Amino acid sequence: MASFGLLDGRGEEGEPVTSKLSRRDVLKSLAMSAAATSVLRVIPAHAAEYAHHMIAAEKAAAPAKGYTPKFFRAHDYKTLQTLCQTIFPADADSGGAIEAGAPEFIDLLTSENQDYQRILGGGIMWLDNTCSDRYDKVYLDCSPEQQKETLDKIAYRKNAAGDAFLSQGVEFFSFLRNMTADGFFTSEIGIKYLGYIGSTYLTEFPGCPPVSET
Amino acid sequence: MAQVTRSPKTYDVCIIGSGASGGTAAKILTEGGLSVVMLEAGPPLNPEKDFKEHVWPYQLPHRGVGVGGKAADNFGEFLAPNGAWEIEGEPYTVASGSRFRWFRSRIVGGRTNHWGRIALRFAPVDFKSRSTDGMGDDWPITYEDVAPYYDKIESYIGVFGTKENVSSAPDGVFMPPPKPRCTENIIKKACDKIGVICIPSRLAVITQPHNGRAACHYCGQCGRGCISASNFSSSQVMIPYAEKTGRFTLVTGAMAREIVVGKSGKAEAVSYIDKATRTEKKVFAKAFVVGASACESARLLLNSKSSQFPDGLANSSGVIGRYLTDSVGGSGGGVFPQLTKMPAHNHDGVGGMHMYMPWWKFDRKNDFLRGYHIEFGGGRSMPGVGDFHALCEYTEGYGSSLKQRCRASYGTYIGFAGRGEMIPNEHSYCEIDLNTVDEWGIPVLRFHWQWSDNEIKMAKDMQETFRTITEAAGGTYYSRATPDGPNPYGIEDGGVIIHELGCVRMGSNPKTSALNGYCQAHDVKNLFVTDAASFVSNPDKNPTLTIMALTWRASDYLMDEAKKGNL
Repeated sequence: MASFGLLDGRGEEGEPVTSKLSRRDVLKSLAMSAAATSVLRVIPAHAAEYAHHMIAAEKAAAPAKGYTPKFFRAHDYKTLQTLCQTIFPADADSGGAIEAGAPEFIDLLTSENQDYQRILGGGIMWLDNTCSDRYDKVYLDCSPEQQKETLDKIAYRKNAAGDAFLSQGVEFFSFLRNMTADGFFTSEIGIKYLGYIGSTYLTEFPGCPPVSET
Repeated sequence: MAQVTRSPKTYDVCIIGSGASGGTAAKILTEGGLSVVMLEAGPPLNPEKDFKEHVWPYQLPHRGVGVGGKAADNFGEFLAPNGAWEIEGEPYTVASGSRFRWFRSRIVGGRTNHWGRIALRFAPVDFKSRSTDGMGDDWPITYEDVAPYYDKIESYIGVFGTKENVSSAPDGVFMPPPKPRCTENIIKKACDKIGVICIPSRLAVITQPHNGRAACHYCGQCGRGCISASNFSSSQVMIPYAEKTGRFTLVTGAMAREIVVGKSGKAEAVSYIDKATRTEKKVFAKAFVVGASACESARLLLNSKSSQFPDGLANSSGVIGRYLTDSVGGSGGGVFPQLTKMPAHNHDGVGGMHMYMPWWKFDRKNDFLRGYHIEFGGGRSMPGVGDFHALCEYTEGYGSSLKQRCRASYGTYIGFAGRGEMIPNEHSYCEIDLNTVDEWGIPVLRFHWQWSDNEIKMAKDMQETFRTITEAAGGTYYSRATPDGPNPYGIEDGGVIIHELGCVRMGSNPKTSALNGYCQAHDVKNLFVTDAASFVSNPDKNPTLTIMALTWRASDYLMDEAKKGNL
């Protein structure tokens, strides 16, 4: 097979070199390496463009500025965003859940799934009701200390052991935490934060890099 | 029903199903000079458009889990189309007290578009179950009968591996394997320490250019379908070659309903529903190759009732639907501290394991009969939805510290999956559900399922082994398996491993089997069932390679018999 020199998968910084090449370039070189007599209809040029078209179409369909939630009411969506960002905040290493698009992802799935609507829609109402009872304010209007006090209770199962009422909040928060993790770690910034390197084109798999056993 | 449309010509052969078996038969028979028509219940496949290889999760609004997150149950949006546990309008039923799931693919290429590419030969002993331990039955054929066809199919599709001389896992015709990943080095070292055989795996992924197909480019995404056809699928590696002969007609959206028998007692046509028009059509041929998947093939024969075959076509033995088995499946995993120190690196490799553990306790007496192999994987793979749920639920909390814990845990998990041999039993079978039809008016299957003690003991042994290997490697073992409940020791429900087979088994005695050793029906000479329905046993090897070897052998036999005028 023709080697395509650049495609050893890693540049000097450990970044995949192929990110500088378009999918089309790569597929073209793969197609050229296949024998001319092949009956396989693999990799015509439009294959390369498929993913990009699909993504471009979705972006075009989205409103130019801002995001209009599909399921959550404006207030609840703002609460959702705040919670997501509190679960996975921005820090020195990366942006947070909002920058990762986690709230949009959660809203989209929730708009299509009645179980999620009950757990998350109901959960946010539970949170506001609870804050209103305790602080006479909805969650977003609470002080940072009050918000922390509330979340610290529902972020750990053991707190609900002697408090049946709290267990509803714990279930909600656990579900939201999982979905926020999904939204964050499947985003471009989340994947970069983890340091995943791959989904690229290598002529040879390099195996395990040398590492100390200590 | 409106007037039935019949095909204008009589083909030499009609093949039902386009997967591992149907695709192989189509290639061999058309290249052998026969005219072939193939019925596929699903739509055509367009790899360039339908495969989501090299798409990142963030490029899809649902991040890979589909509308409402519901594709997650069917292995996600990235899976090569299209497979599902439930198909709308085409149900199956499960008898009360049984737990069984049936994964079906309605598309050209069937399940080969997304299968695990694990390509293992059965061992000589696997064909001689009863002679070996008194349980189950011997096959009417031996390893020596099939070996030349293993050679042929491996040579054609391309399989990587190494010659190891392990008696439970015969060597084949192999391309060089890819180098091990870090995770595989760690497990291999532990296995060496405790005497478990761990060797390069055998996958139908080409590591060198082969027959016009480009070598693997190591993106780790075989399950999404491969746009460069560097792994095996029927849709890319079999069907196009049949089409090239000019003797091949593919009919998609064609749901076979009944094989019709003529006065001579031979099959003469297939009645099928054209899904697009909801009309019944009929296609005529001189011989028939059924490769609709084990249970679907049994369903078709059971639904093909006539005065000559009141209990279903080729079912004078009454065995059709019986001897249904699946692999014994168990799983667990470990977290390995040495992986936390790995620098970021490309860990993708091929879309599957580079190493595995063939059955290694064949030389001693165990608590159970037969054996299992172990597959494993993990490490720094592309992040996906669900990957951090376990960690989030285990460590709880929120904020920067949770984020950092997730990052520290990334790539440190290695999962194990055992795949073992189930011995056929009288409680595990499928039959026609007389109360239910699908949306095409075709009676559906009802499944009955029960594991025996032998399988439960095997699942227990898997858990113990996974733990031993994990701990020998310095890891901490995690498993949801418990000794009690509906899934003792974590044994998966029937069908879940998607190695369901049996149902139209071969044998030398027509009273206890439906097919001879060439997959030819005892009762109907021009009828062949070449998929895994024909299997007599379900060894701890994934069935696809053997399906293709048996189909190739049956196709050669079919052509010989046709030449002699015996069909």
